[in-house]
Amino acid sequence: MGCFLVPAAEAIVTTVVTKIVEKKEAATDNAAPAGAANSEAVAAVKIPFSRKLKWLRSLLWGGVVLLLFEHIWHGEVVPWFPFLTAMSDPEDASAMLREMSTVGVTMAVIVTLVWVGMLIVSSMVEKQASKAPAKI
Amino acid sequence: MTLLISLIAAVICTVIWYKNAPDNTLRVDILCWMYWGASLMWLADAIFEFAELKEEYFAPAPKDMLNDTFLGLSVVVLGLVIWMVILLIKDPKGVIKKALLRKND
Repeated sequence: MGCFLVPAAEAIVTTVVTKIVEKKEAATDNAAPAGAANSEAVAAVKIPFSRKLKWLRSLLWGGVVLLLFEHIWHGEVVPWFPFLTAMSDPEDASAMLREMSTVGVTMAVIVTLVWVGMLIVSSMVEKQASKAPAKI
Repeated sequence: MTLLISLIAAVICTVIWYKNAPDNTLRVDILCWMYWGASLMWLADAIFEFAELKEEYFAPAPKDMLNDTFLGLSVVVLGLVIWMVILLIKDPKGVIKKALLRKND
């Protein structure tokens, strides 16, 4: 009914947070001293957090767009107000809210958990890459 | 069926992306994100549906299955269209720009 609205809300928040983190990282890069060779080497193997946030953002927006199409297909989303057909009936609206709090939240949690898994793998790769030059 | 089709699309795109890595000129990653994102969300949907229907979940009515298959294929095509539009707008190879600026023809 409206389950995709929960990951859509998370996608909006993630997009805003990504922009803020990107700005902060750009400011930090500009403020760094020019002769910091060691920090440059570390930065070469460290993936910026804004890039990691973009993974979550892409997963969420990608899924939301295709799920929006599915809801249009099933006639649950319409191009006129209130956009969700369930909103026109109080009983349907409560069922929609129930679905959002169960299926919608689970959708957001699963996507976020997969992203956390990606973060763990990428941090392991980063650690290995930072150790590799020291061995040589 | 929709979940199955989107999962197949996600796996195929991921294999294509991996085969061409690190070259990502055609931005196949966009397709990967889209199909994986949708697959994960439909997985959540499937978990709840399975909890409700139990074994009936695996024996859908032919009409429902046909509709879901049609929906799944449409979702894959929509993903491809979105990817193509992004690719043409970003024009990483400069093909559109060259075609528009060509003096002859």
